[in-house]
Amino acid sequence: MNTLAKKIPDSVRLQTQSPWRRVAVEFMSSPTAVVGLLVLLVIVLVAVLAPWIVVQNPYDLMQLNVLDARLAPGSVNMDSGYTYWLGTDGQGRDLVSAIMYGLRISLWVGIGSALIAAVIGTLLGLVSAYIGGWVDALLMRLVDLLLSFPAILMALMILAWLGKGVGNVMLTLILLEWAYYARTARGQALTESRREYVDAARGQGIGPWRIVVGHILPNCLPPLLVIGALQIARAITLEATLSFLGLGVPVTEPSLGLLIANGFQYMLSNEYWISLFPGLALLITIVAINLVGDRLRDVLNPRLQR
Amino acid sequence: MTGWALRRVTQSLLVILLMTLVVFIGLNAIGNPVDILVGEDLNQAERLQAIAHLGLDKPMWEQYLIFIKGAAHGNLGMSYVYHEDAMHLILQRLPATLELAFCALFLAVVIGVPLGMFAGTYPDHPASRLMMASSIVGFSLPAFWVALMMIMLFSIKLGWLPASGRGETREWLGVQWSWLTLNGLQHLLLPALNLALFNISLVLRLTRAGVREVLPQEFVKFARAKGLSPMRVMCMHVMRNTMIPVVTVLAMELGSTIAYAVVTESIFSWPGAGKLILDSINSLDRPVVVAYLMVVVVIFVVLNLIVDGLYYLLDPRVRSEASR
Repeated sequence: MNTLAKKIPDSVRLQTQSPWRRVAVEFMSSPTAVVGLLVLLVIVLVAVLAPWIVVQNPYDLMQLNVLDARLAPGSVNMDSGYTYWLGTDGQGRDLVSAIMYGLRISLWVGIGSALIAAVIGTLLGLVSAYIGGWVDALLMRLVDLLLSFPAILMALMILAWLGKGVGNVMLTLILLEWAYYARTARGQALTESRREYVDAARGQGIGPWRIVVGHILPNCLPPLLVIGALQIARAITLEATLSFLGLGVPVTEPSLGLLIANGFQYMLSNEYWISLFPGLALLITIVAINLVGDRLRDVLNPRLQR
Repeated sequence: MTGWALRRVTQSLLVILLMTLVVFIGLNAIGNPVDILVGEDLNQAERLQAIAHLGLDKPMWEQYLIFIKGAAHGNLGMSYVYHEDAMHLILQRLPATLELAFCALFLAVVIGVPLGMFAGTYPDHPASRLMMASSIVGFSLPAFWVALMMIMLFSIKLGWLPASGRGETREWLGVQWSWLTLNGLQHLLLPALNLALFNISLVLRLTRAGVREVLPQEFVKFARAKGLSPMRVMCMHVMRNTMIPVVTVLAMELGSTIAYAVVTESIFSWPGAGKLILDSINSLDRPVVVAYLMVVVVIFVVLNLIVDGLYYLLDPRVRSEASR
């Protein structure tokens, strides 16, 4: 049995596996992507479990002690003997706890907005491809218009209307991002709808919407998945940037971007850690997501317009 | 040519008109500037008078028509905060932003092109691999954090470069510029470099791809066979053929660079239009926000028009497609 399996060339053996398994095997063949995925898993785990891991709730002002403000990394809390491994910020927040809570906001905003935008965008893209005509023309003009202006400009415009807040930042990200999914889904659906299997399904008398959802949509997923991964990284960066500019989350519940912004004023007195460590956490998260996304793109190999 | 240009210009004007509508409706739909601008201690009559003075009592469509009429004359209302013409405020600050943006694009070319040519000529060299890896970092790093780290390293630890303001300026063509004085240049370097990071990565990758495409072609081999020096082949033959996409992409990027200057300006306290717009968003100073958005949108649309026009002139394929 073993010797027989060895004689079969790789190309043949791969075809007998399920497509998702093939993708998983190919994904794992890149060590950097695996490292990226592991780091990402750890980050997600830390963010999800943060309330049970941290020593203090950084958003509960009662737990913060102003006397502990701006302590250097490694300082010890006099009362509880707890060590601030990464120091404290201007309000006396333990930076380890604050970063974990900040990661929660970043990931929630990034993943949440990307998922909602993916559903809306994919749906509109499929509708656009299926109906065609003036609906298609109008939707795609709108997509062109949205994508031709830089994200930060659109975000400033939308936040100027809506005001600050996590919900509004998410709404902004969704309004910006759906266009990417719509364009990709439409293009992919148009290509797929000319394939034989769609003709076959039609010949079997399957209704048009079942063809779109049950047959065309699954084949549009790979490129959408890749866009999703890269959009999450983009969304996290944009959220951090907007919070840094003071247009994102409220001051009492700092995300990573706002932590960095708050640390900026202390940097001139050489208290570098308040900006440095949240920034590193942000950086590691974004790079990990990008590593995973890049590998996914190579493995799934869609014809992406970047 | 005239037909194509006419259609393209009409299209651009439509986009601008559409944007005025979007900006206007959006800014008026939510948030009430009266609450912020008019003190709470005023009585009802004074309040109404203030609203009438700001023109906020008229119906929405009439406000829009007044807005459009004013916009056509370059008049987008008075700033609620500065009590000055909003357009005038933006245009006053715009040169500082443009100086920063052009300086960033200049740095992107000066740094990105040579590095990209090296990476394209020796794709397997360790330095080239390092450049490609760093360019990914340049794409994905949050620029605002890099800016803080640059300030920490170059301004605070090393003390080489100043981290805020424009420094000494000198007047030229009726506007104050930083790049005309040594002190101003020192102030310009860090923010411009920060703003340029994304474009440096972009130019590096475009140049590298172009060089790799051009190098194996016949005319390069012929130029070498003619006995031209490698330097001359690179500069005269390879570079000319790789620069068209780089220049067009950079022309398009100028718009985004101006938009992203908002972040850089707020960190380096650069007194440009971006810093003004942030303050205006925070104080709900609508006319200034609208004026800024309109100016950037017009810059964007005009840049796109110019690039399309250049393509039309340079690329016969676009011409045949347009005439169809």
